[in-house]
Formats: sequence, structure tokens, C-alpha cells
Amino acid sequence: MDSHTETVALREQFETPGQQKEASTLGMWIFLVTEVMFFGGLFLAYMVYRRLFPEVFSVASNTLNIVIGAVNTAVLLCSSFTMVLAVHAAQIGSRKALIVFLILTMLLGGVFLGVKAYEWNEKFEEHHVPGPSFYLDKTPMQGQAQLFFSLYFGMTGLHALHMVIGEGLMLFLLFHAYAGKYTPEYYTPVDLGGLYWHFVDIIWIFLFPLLYLIGRHHH
Amino acid sequence: MHNMREHIDSVWTYAFVFAALLALTLLTTMVAEVDLGSLNVAVALLIAVIKMLLVALFFMHLRHSPILTKVVVCAGLLWLAILMVLSMADFVSRNWLAVPGV
Repeated sequence: MDSHTETVALREQFETPGQQKEASTLGMWIFLVTEVMFFGGLFLAYMVYRRLFPEVFSVASNTLNIVIGAVNTAVLLCSSFTMVLAVHAAQIGSRKALIVFLILTMLLGGVFLGVKAYEWNEKFEEHHVPGPSFYLDKTPMQGQAQLFFSLYFGMTGLHALHMVIGEGLMLFLLFHAYAGKYTPEYYTPVDLGGLYWHFVDIIWIFLFPLLYLIGRHHH
Repeated sequence: MHNMREHIDSVWTYAFVFAALLALTLLTTMVAEVDLGSLNVAVALLIAVIKMLLVALFFMHLRHSPILTKVVVCAGLLWLAILMVLSMADFVSRNWLAVPGV
């Protein structure tokens, strides 16, 4: 390939497509590392308050529906699986499989968000949303219980926002895949979209035990 | 030229990792109901870390990534550890010594 011809697969400032892809991938990972620190602050807040008020965090955590939480975890893991298959389809140059797996990933992401919306609605009906009408059974510490649910809504909300952004990315990839833009020589956006999607999955992998499972054995 | 450094995993590898992730999810959900005392949190976090490693190494292709990417990821985790460990060291040890005049 003539290295002076600028194409999508090789921009002017890079020597080889491999170097270009490495630079893009590294940039994505650096972004994800900043996201780790972004969520890290919330995880730290959770750890501090859980240490200060372990009993009330247990009681509050036990009101969450463990079955729904576990099933939603499985749905998200499924979506990561279809995402990695989409990347694989791009690697081997199968446009049709790429499109199918991107759509499946979006659908599974949609199911996850739908279940999340159902759970949040349940919280409103049970008065488990922090605010004037908040009430949690089996504990006199209403203020600290609201702290748990503030963290619950903050963390799952921020995670859900990332899912919505991920759905947008999938839609973008889908349009371009449909237009036949990706080839085994150039599918970097699919790869980077996959990195983002899996990262959001990893955040949930930690949210699920911390919010749903801790305190379960006090039943 | 493109495939010289690009490593393509087989679909079966992904399927096995996916099955392991589902099994670990089931395991963590079931073990949470058993009273292990303070070990419950440790076990839950250990399983979560294993799941994270599976996703990162296989689905995110970290095991085939250049060393620079691996260094960046490790640096990120190191910074997260500083945030967690130093902050928690403060909260845990705050009342170990009596405060004079209180």
C-alpha cells in the first residue's frame, strides 16, 4: 500500500495500519481507565458508608430482588458474548454476521435497561426512593437507609446512562456495518465499541454483588 | 499485512468463557445465601474479580494486547487501589487512638 495515500484504514500520520490501530486501541483503554476512576469514587463512597452502617445497609440490600438482579446480570453477560461475536464477525469479514450480532447486542442491552426500569419503578411504589416519602421497614435508621438507596440509584443510574450511550454506539456501528464500511483490514470502531461495551459489563459485575448480594446471609 | 499481529480467537474460546461467566454468576448468587460471616464479602468480591479478568483477558483481548496497553491497564488499577486502600486505611484506623481533650 502506498503510505502517502490517506484512507480510513491508514491516515497520513501513521506508518502502518497496525500502528494506527494500536494507537486507537490505546486511546480507548486510557479513556476506560479514566472511567474506572470515575466509578471508583462511587465504589469508595459505598465502601465507606457500608463500613459505617453495616446493619442498615444489609437490611436495605435485602429489599432488592436477587432473582431479577441475577437474571439481568446473565442478560448483560449474554450481550457481551454477542458483542465479542460481532467483533469476531468483523475480523473474519462476515458483514451479515456482524449486523446480526450488533442487533442482538442492542436487543439484550435493551432488555437489561427495561428490567432496570421495572426495578426502579418498584422502588417508587415501595417508597424506597430517597426523599420526603421514603420509608424502609425493619430499621429505625431511615437517614442511613436513604444513603444506601442514594448510592443504589446513583450507581445503577450512572451505569444505565453508560448502557444508553453504548446503545447509541451500537446503532452507529450498525449503520456503518450495513453500509459495508468494515473489512478485516479496518474494523477498529467495532473493536473499540466492544471494549466500551465490555467495560460497562465489568462495572455491573461489581455492582451486582455489592448492591444485591451483600447482607443476603443475614436473612 | 493486517493479520500479521492480529490474533483471532475461536468462537469456542468465547463460548467457554461465556459459560464460565454464567456459572460464576450462579455461584456468587447461591453462595451469598450461605452464612460465611465476614468471608461473604471476600468471596463475592473474589468471584467478581475472576469475572472481570475473564472479560478483560478474553472478551477485551487483553491477553493479545501490546505490553503498553497492559501497562496502562495495570496503572489504572494501581491508581484505583491507591484511592481505595488509602481512603479505607483512614476510615478503618480513625478511632484506634484516643483523641486528647474529647
